[in-house]
Amino acid sequence: MEAIILQILNGLDKGSAYALIALGLTLIFGTLGVVNFAHGALFMIGAFCAVTLSRILTISHTVVDETQKDFLGNPLKVDVPYVYDWFGEAAGNTIIDWAVPLSILFAIPVMIAIGVIMERGLIKHFYKRPHADQILVTFGLAIVLQEIIKYYYGANPIPTPAPAAFKGSFDFGAMMGFDPNTIIYPYWRIIYFAFAAVIIGAVFAFLQFTTFGMVVRAGMADRETVQLLGINIDRRFTLMFGIAAAVAGLAGVMYTPINSPNYHMGMDFLVLSFVVVVVGGMGSLPGAVAAGFLLGILESFASMREVLAVLPGLNQIIIYLVAIIILLTRPRGLMGRKGVMED
Amino acid sequence: MSKMNLTRRGVLKTGAIAGAGVAAPTIFTAQSAAAFTNEPTGSSVTLGFNVPQTGPYADEGADELRAYELAVEHLNGGGDGGLMNTFSSKALQGNGIMGKKVEYVTGDTQTKSDAARASARSMIEKDGAVMITGGSSSGVAVAVQALCQEAGVIFMAGLTHSNDTTGKDKKANGFRHFFNSYMSGAALAPILANNYGTDRKAYHLTADYNWGYTTEEAVRTSTEAMGWETVAAVKTPLTQTDFSSYIAPVLQSGADVLVLNHYGGNMVNSLTNAVQFGLRDKLVNNKNFEIVVPLYSRLMAKGAGANVKGIFGSTNWHWSLQDEGSKAFVKSFGTKYGFPPSQAAHTCYVQALLYADAVERAGSFNPCAVAEALEGFEFDGMGNGKTLYRAEDHQCFKDVLVVKGKENPTSEFDLLEIVEVTPTSQVTYDASIFGGELGSCNPGA
Repeated sequence: MEAIILQILNGLDKGSAYALIALGLTLIFGTLGVVNFAHGALFMIGAFCAVTLSRILTISHTVVDETQKDFLGNPLKVDVPYVYDWFGEAAGNTIIDWAVPLSILFAIPVMIAIGVIMERGLIKHFYKRPHADQILVTFGLAIVLQEIIKYYYGANPIPTPAPAAFKGSFDFGAMMGFDPNTIIYPYWRIIYFAFAAVIIGAVFAFLQFTTFGMVVRAGMADRETVQLLGINIDRRFTLMFGIAAAVAGLAGVMYTPINSPNYHMGMDFLVLSFVVVVVGGMGSLPGAVAAGFLLGILESFASMREVLAVLPGLNQIIIYLVAIIILLTRPRGLMGRKGVMED
Repeated sequence: MSKMNLTRRGVLKTGAIAGAGVAAPTIFTAQSAAAFTNEPTGSSVTLGFNVPQTGPYADEGADELRAYELAVEHLNGGGDGGLMNTFSSKALQGNGIMGKKVEYVTGDTQTKSDAARASARSMIEKDGAVMITGGSSSGVAVAVQALCQEAGVIFMAGLTHSNDTTGKDKKANGFRHFFNSYMSGAALAPILANNYGTDRKAYHLTADYNWGYTTEEAVRTSTEAMGWETVAAVKTPLTQTDFSSYIAPVLQSGADVLVLNHYGGNMVNSLTNAVQFGLRDKLVNNKNFEIVVPLYSRLMAKGAGANVKGIFGSTNWHWSLQDEGSKAFVKSFGTKYGFPPSQAAHTCYVQALLYADAVERAGSFNPCAVAEALEGFEFDGMGNGKTLYRAEDHQCFKDVLVVKGKENPTSEFDLLEIVEVTPTSQVTYDASIFGGELGSCNPGA
């Protein structure tokens, strides 16, 4: 029982990342009809927003410490962040420690801007082109973006820890009456799940309860009619691209303490997120979210030692296996609508 | 005006003949007047540096390339001479190799066996490289070593830690300076027993490829011989990025030690995840829960950040060593590049010098003469103490460093501290235990 609860919990945070990326993909596909293979790169750029802010907060001046030596035997040059000078060492340390949560504020405008520039600068030229062209150009863009990041930040993962207050894990087992240490779950992963839930809720509320969202939903259902009513739907869709980029970026920002970011982290999520979109149903926002969590949890179960002992290698194929089964039994995915990508 | 009679059949015939000609690798087919492959005839000699310039190990590859460039500079008489000043052999004079100026070409392994073979093949066939060296993966090393054996050039392996490179996949034309999984296990086990006791239950997470298997086997065998019990060993996909579903069940198993047989991004992520789960704060079987990383690299430790603090592992070399050779190399490399060299840089630099020295001593670039000069060669002053290039398997035997993540690092390079220098005698094994046959040296043409 403990093992099952543990794997459900593990699946939730992975599912949260899948759901957030798939949500953005579906938003873009639903509004602009574009299959965006650069979406994983947006997740990665979000993570590097956190790295960038961490570096900005630790911009330092050098102080020579005569009492210590560097690797060449010269007096050690110690970097002292400017925030120490401005706010004192204790407050400065706290600001640096909270770099990842602070990056949320930094990432939102940056990611919306990147999304809008990407859509206006490149993707709008491919609206009327076949999906294969869209996939090729966005995949190429993803490679360009990741090579730019590698050029400036290197190929190695860059540690970007959570604030000290959220380090360690919560003992769910002890709370639920099981033996201590049987169900432990890191605090930051609980926060990641809660954060994902808030973002998903906010996107749905935005689309459901605002006039802007209503127009976007109308545009998704019948673009031509909305345009005939004199509404500039293109501008709204461009902004939705920016919002989708921000959702992916925020998923990346909050993911950095879970795994140290590196330039190819977006590719690791991209293919799985597309599978999530297809399983959830092309164009279905609730489908993307539901499939994200479902596949995250199933992947987690397939990694159990007991499962691998019976079915070795299942952890590597489970998502694709489930995708095949669902597409065979429900060709439009879990919540797919008739007519989407069937022309 | 001439008239061209193009027929479908004619075009196909011509294309097939031309294609066959282009496709056939000349190095494997052409009869040459030379005594061996790429015999240098001019005033220079070309070496091929095959390192990961793209892909996940690109930073490690960049450090390898810096080391090779430094070695070339020193071989040609530039710079401060580096390890040539402390090397026990005095055959190298700073006038190139056998009076020929050293030039080099580079290839990108991408840490993919097929790409690495393609780049090595290109350097041999097109650029005339007489020796290939470098790399950051055992899969790549084994693949390129086999290619060099076929082509008739010497392969001086870079960073490769699997037992197989000089075990079941060893080749007469291949040589490894870097240590291996067996040596890591043999060096680590006594330190682990001293620090954590002999009554421990270990849980292994192992990268699902050749290097992972040999490392798990080495650490299991060594620790079980000390009295530890292995409660589980789980293989993890090489492409895994989030290890939470593998780490979460560790405590349920009753294990009180987690051994991470991972390298590179796998190690960074699995260690980060294990620390996130608070494993090191737990008390299991009335003992503090501990984590072990059998193979450390400073570049990888940097990726894991503060998570490496207090965690034991092993390494081939570390810039903080205080022998004359290490100090000379750190000074040389640090002055040129502004930061201390990694173990990958050290092993690559040393391999380049060892090759050049062997050529000088052999008096020939012929790979068979070079191999003979390297076999059984004993040397000192290269940063690892007295070292033997064993003739039976072309593996270097030298002291192995057991290191620990430093609690209070003074810089981004000061991440590991040396706990023990394990003497060669403790990590030496019988050459036959890993099987394989060296075969005979191939001079190529």
